[in-house]
Order: sequence, then structure tokens, then C-alpha cells
Amino acid sequence: MTTMDASTPTVALPVELPTTSAASPWRAALRQFLKSPSGVAGACLLILIIVGTLIGPMLHPVDPLDLVGAPFSPPDADAWLGTDYLGRDVLAGLIHGGRATLAVGAVAALITIAIGLVVGAFGGYFGGAIDAVLVKITEFFQILPPLLFAMVLVTLFGPKLSTITLSIGAVSWTSVARLTRAEFMRLRDLDFVKASRAAGASNAHLMLRVLLPNALPAVIVSATLAIGVAILFEGGLSFLGLGDPNVMSWGLMLGQNRNYILDAWWAVMFPGAAIFMAVLAISLVGDGINDAINPRLRRRS
Amino acid sequence: MALAAHLARQIVNAAALLLAVLVLNFCLIHLAPGDPVLVIAGEMGGASADVIAALRAKYGLDHSLTEQLAIYLRNVAAGDFGYSYYFNEPVLGLILQRLPATLYLALCALVSALAIGTLLGVVSARRPNGMFSHTVTVFSLAGYAAPIFWTGLMLLLLFGSVWPILPVVGMADVVHPKRGFAYVLDVAQHLVLPSLTLGLVFIAQYSRLARVNMIDALSADYVRTARAKGLPEWIVIGKHALRNTLIPIVTVAGHQFGNLFAGAVLVETVFSWPGMGRLVFDSILRRDYPTLMAVLFFSALMVMTANILTDIVYRLIDPRIRTGRR
Repeated sequence: MTTMDASTPTVALPVELPTTSAASPWRAALRQFLKSPSGVAGACLLILIIVGTLIGPMLHPVDPLDLVGAPFSPPDADAWLGTDYLGRDVLAGLIHGGRATLAVGAVAALITIAIGLVVGAFGGYFGGAIDAVLVKITEFFQILPPLLFAMVLVTLFGPKLSTITLSIGAVSWTSVARLTRAEFMRLRDLDFVKASRAAGASNAHLMLRVLLPNALPAVIVSATLAIGVAILFEGGLSFLGLGDPNVMSWGLMLGQNRNYILDAWWAVMFPGAAIFMAVLAISLVGDGINDAINPRLRRRS
Repeated sequence: MALAAHLARQIVNAAALLLAVLVLNFCLIHLAPGDPVLVIAGEMGGASADVIAALRAKYGLDHSLTEQLAIYLRNVAAGDFGYSYYFNEPVLGLILQRLPATLYLALCALVSALAIGTLLGVVSARRPNGMFSHTVTVFSLAGYAAPIFWTGLMLLLLFGSVWPILPVVGMADVVHPKRGFAYVLDVAQHLVLPSLTLGLVFIAQYSRLARVNMIDALSADYVRTARAKGLPEWIVIGKHALRNTLIPIVTVAGHQFGNLFAGAVLVETVFSWPGMGRLVFDSILRRDYPTLMAVLFFSALMVMTANILTDIVYRLIDPRIRTGRR
């Protein structure tokens, strides 16, 4: 038997493979994405924001926690976007705060997706009792308003950037879990999955290598949007006084200056506008990705 | 009958989930860093040594954890959600006092968002590529991305200092208290900005949803039939197509009550609306855990209620379910 296997030619016919690799659906999706004007606009805006927070400190070397001038100085030549209630530079706050806010958004979204994928994949793949338990847990998390739940967690465990990130991730995974579960359930009985199971694939292989790649298109959009939601949550928590006071972030700027809005509108308007732009960019990108990888839904939007 | 049985099942399920929320609250108090008594008393509350000793006895903190849980659940069953040492009042009373104002704001925002959102979506669906439709799309994108607290602050700035035509603080004029109809009018005026702020994000979502569903409905066979019968256009849209457009919107709206409630908390702190928002804000500032825990419990209770109500409404407006479940 083994000798026959070895002698069987693995490449029988010289198949002409297309050089542009039509086999890569991701490249096709990218091409489709680039055709969507709003998606591209969102991506540009997002890149602009990220690059701004990365190279900003070089162009504008001011510590966001330093007192650089009189409190409530309106925007002028010294401080382009004015100073806040303590006399800190608002522009420096935007640049440095953007790093923290975007990092919280990205990491919290990763946590959200990780929990959601695991819960959804196990429930959808195994079904039965495991599924029943996981669905109940999901249902339980769904009746707790995410922002209020995160608020309780951060109050109890202290307003540190790590706690804030973990709390946001821990409360907002339910929709990813439901989506993943539905996809895994739909896929697990399809012929190609049965075929690989018959070929002896293990559960882990089936879940990770067979089902997951096929479930990803449905999940990836909500994953993108999760970043936007996490950024809004960071803002909301800081607004309620639960921002990390030692790390400048857009939410913290809003939360600390909100009471002085009539004295210094600039210290409130600019960080809020920054959050707005970032979330807008992310949802535009999300829409673009959705149109690119879920062509069935394209006509609907 | 089927509906009653279904409802009974739902209520049992809801009760179980609420019990789980209580267990979660209990676990959180014990997981939190520090002495649970101090957590219960509130770190910055004015609990004296006597009070702390009394609390230790009351919550049976020298007993095992399961016994403590039983004590906690028994207390809650008797309506005792703990005592707020900052407000110097039982928590239950604090919450019940402020709940109506929050519900009032949330429902106002919800109803106006449903009405405005559906209207915008339906009108823009008639010409999906027209100017109006594109404007609505841009608006709904912006409404989704704008942080609700920031929108509120910007409106506060606009109507508080630039263009003062609407009240921006509180629920009623306290300097010149009104009576009778003038009072109603006064409250309605105070309600405009908070409910607009809260409603904006939902208007954005519902208009998008209504637009998509209306476009689908307008190309459906039954609409063509209705038109072929010679029905006037407003009946075709208002009666036939709108009904199917509303079903997903009502479902989404009902299941978003948690977000609506959390949004109300944020908006209230902007406009000093005398509801749960201020209570939450102060409780966070004072680390008043019993109050926060009770807020979490009551918000879960309201989410459950909203879910069950949504389910009933859904069954009433969707004829497929109505006939299928005879």
C-alpha cells in the first residue's frame, strides 16, 4: 500500500494556475472594497487619525499632562486648540489621548471577539447541552445593559486603563457570540464539513481550519464595529467619572472638562469630535468590508 | 392558550435570569478588592465602626459563603437592597424615587425615535437614490457615530449660551414653579433637548432599518397586487408595506431597551434630569456600591420586561405568527 502511495504521481496534469490567484477571496474582497467610495474615505480618515497619533508627538512635542498656560485659554497661536480647565494643551491631549483611546478600542474589541468566537463556536459546533448552557450565559449577559455593567465593574475594580479595557471586552461579546453560533450551526452540516469529518479530521481541526475561515466573513464586520463601540464605551465611562486619571484619553478630556463647557467649549468639543470622527471612520470601513465580503447583502445598503 | 403558556415560560425564564443577576452582584461584592463590609458600606460613605459591626452581623460575614448568599437573597426578597450611607436612605427608595423620571425620558425618546426614524426611512425608500435618501443615509451614519454625551453637551452649548430658546437644566422651572397645564407645558419644554439627544442615535438606526425594509417591501408581490387593485398609494404604503417594515423595527427597538436605559443615564447627567443618571453619577463618585448594584439589578429587570412586552407586540403585529400559533 505504502509503495503504491509513493508511486502515485501527486501532480498528474500540469494544471495551468491563474497567475492572479483568483483562489484568494481576500484579494477579491480588497478589490471590491476599493470600489466603495465611502469605505475608502473611512479607511483614509482612519489612517489619518492613526498616523496623527503616531507622529503627532514629534510635530507637537508637548506633554498632555503639563500645565502650559493659563486655564481656559481660547485657541490662539500658542495653543492652537486652547487649554483646558487646568491649563493643559488640548492639541497635545488629542494626540496622546488618541493613542490610549484607540488602543483601548482595539484591545477591548479583540477581547470581545475572542470571547464571542469561543462561546459561539463551541455552542454552534457541539450543540446539545454545551450549547444550551452557553446560550443561557449569553442570554444572561444580554439582559445587563453593557455600559452599566462595565460601569459597575470599573467602579469595583478601579479606574485603570487595563480594567476599563477588560470590562468593555467582557460585557459586549454577546452579538459576536450569537453570530458565530449561527454560522457554525449553518456550516457544520454542509457537505464539505461532513467530508472532512469522514476523512478523519479532529474536532479542533474542523473548528479552526474548516469552519472558522468560512464563518469569518459574517463575523468580521461586527468585529470592526466592535472597535467603534468600545471607543464610545471608553468615552461613556470616562464621562461618568471612570476614566483613568493618569492616562490622557479622549474620553478623559471630555469627562474632566464637561463641567466647564460654558467657559471653555474647545476643551469639550475637540475630543468629542475626535471620538466622532474615529467611530465614523470605523463604521464606514465596516460598511465597506460588509459590501465587499457579503455580496448578497450589497444591494440592501 | 398558546400565548399564555408561552408567556408563563418566559416569565419563569426571566425570574431565573434575574436571580442570576443577584448572584452575580453577590459575587462581585466578594470579588472586589477589599473588605466586603467596606464595599457594602461604601468606601467613602459615612459608615461608623458601630455600623460596620452591625453590617457584619446582618450579612452574616462570619458564616460560610453559601449562607451569606442565602442571607443576601432573603434580604432582597424582602425588598431590602441595602442601605446607601452616602444618601442616608434605603437603596430601594432611592431607586423608586428616580425611576419614573428616567422611564419618562426613555419612553419619550423611544417613541419619537420610532416615529421620526420610520418616517425618514419610509420617505427615503420611495426614491432610494434621491437627494433626500442620501441625506438620511449620511445623517444616520453620523447619528450612529456621535457619542451621545457629546451630542448632548453640544446641544447644551448651543441652547444654553448661543441661542437660548429652550431650557437646558432639570425637568421643570424651579424658580417660577408652574401649575396645571402650564406645568405640563413646562415639563414638555424641558424634555425636548434630553429626549432629542437620546433619540438621535436611535433615529439614525431606525431610519436605516426602515429604509432597507421599505425598499424590500415595495418590491414585494403583495405591494404590486395592492397597487394593481387600484388602491391609493398612501394605503399601499401606510397599510400594507408599512406593517412589514415595522416588524423588524419594533423587535430591534424592544431588544435595545438596555442601551436606551444606559443612554438615558448619560443624557441625564448632561441635562441634570432628576432621574437615575444623577444617582449613578453620585454613586460612582462616592463608591456607593449598594446603589450601583441595585441600579444594575433594576436595569436588568426593565430589560426583561421590555423583552417580554416586545415579544407580545411582535406576536400581535405579525400575522404569520398569529395564525401559525392557533
